[in-house]
Amino acid sequence: MRTIVSLICGMIFGFGLYISGMIDPQKVLGFLDIWAIADGGWDPSLAFVMGGGLAVAIPIFQFAKNRTEAVCGGEMSLPTNRAITTKLIAGGLLFGTGWGLVGYCPGPALSALAFGHTDTIIFVVAMIVGMGGARAAGLNK
Amino acid sequence: MENFTPVSALIGGGLIGLASGLYLLLNGRIAGISGILGGLLTPTKGGSAVFERLAFVIGLVVGPFILMNATEIAAQSVVTSSLPVIIVAGLLVGLGTTIGSGCTSGHGICGLSRFSLRSLVATLSFMAAGFVTVLVTRHLMGGM
Repeated sequence: MRTIVSLICGMIFGFGLYISGMIDPQKVLGFLDIWAIADGGWDPSLAFVMGGGLAVAIPIFQFAKNRTEAVCGGEMSLPTNRAITTKLIAGGLLFGTGWGLVGYCPGPALSALAFGHTDTIIFVVAMIVGMGGARAAGLNK
Repeated sequence: MENFTPVSALIGGGLIGLASGLYLLLNGRIAGISGILGGLLTPTKGGSAVFERLAFVIGLVVGPFILMNATEIAAQSVVTSSLPVIIVAGLLVGLGTTIGSGCTSGHGICGLSRFSLRSLVATLSFMAAGFVTVLVTRHLMGGM
């Protein structure tokens, strides 16, 4: 059951990335290019995706986080780490740099595999190598 | 702002929020894509967690595949960067999300929905780096 729920949640997430246009790196870069505000070329869509996402997710999260058990069984696996560390910020800065270079973050990159473009496949392979390397070096701890 | 698509952005965002909320409510887990994918590389929590992660990733690809083939809804995914930039960007995204324990979904949607200060700091960090990177590549270096 939990595996079917995962599949369906992944699909709904993928629907969202596709419909919102975030599956297209050019849409994302159009948002990150805030210096285009001056000439009217800025695309604020990503902020609306975040807004729409939070509007739906916040009520569900606030309801769910007080539960002791997941509806399909098993523990509620919520992060307990609250520490704001240099590592957290350094990771965010490295990730944001890669994000700004091509316009893919992990979700849209995986979903865009549906198009079968070689560039997307290369990006995903490099991303997995980066994740694997960092994990092998114990940097996820 | 001719590229601005507020309605589809809100609807798509709502679906992303719904998927994240349902994943927490039903399976008790955070829908952080970098964490789900990364966890597949170093499986530690037993067999079922691996299948759950794999199913989520498959769904991420199958969802758009269904929409592009079975509906009239059009979308594209255009990469304009050169091969070395694609590889460096992929490595940075993989490395950064692992070091920073999350990405746009895990920190941006799930973390902010839990009102996590840690996730807010992470989100501001990668947004700031994204803004600066686009400033440098598009405006100071004239496109890469």
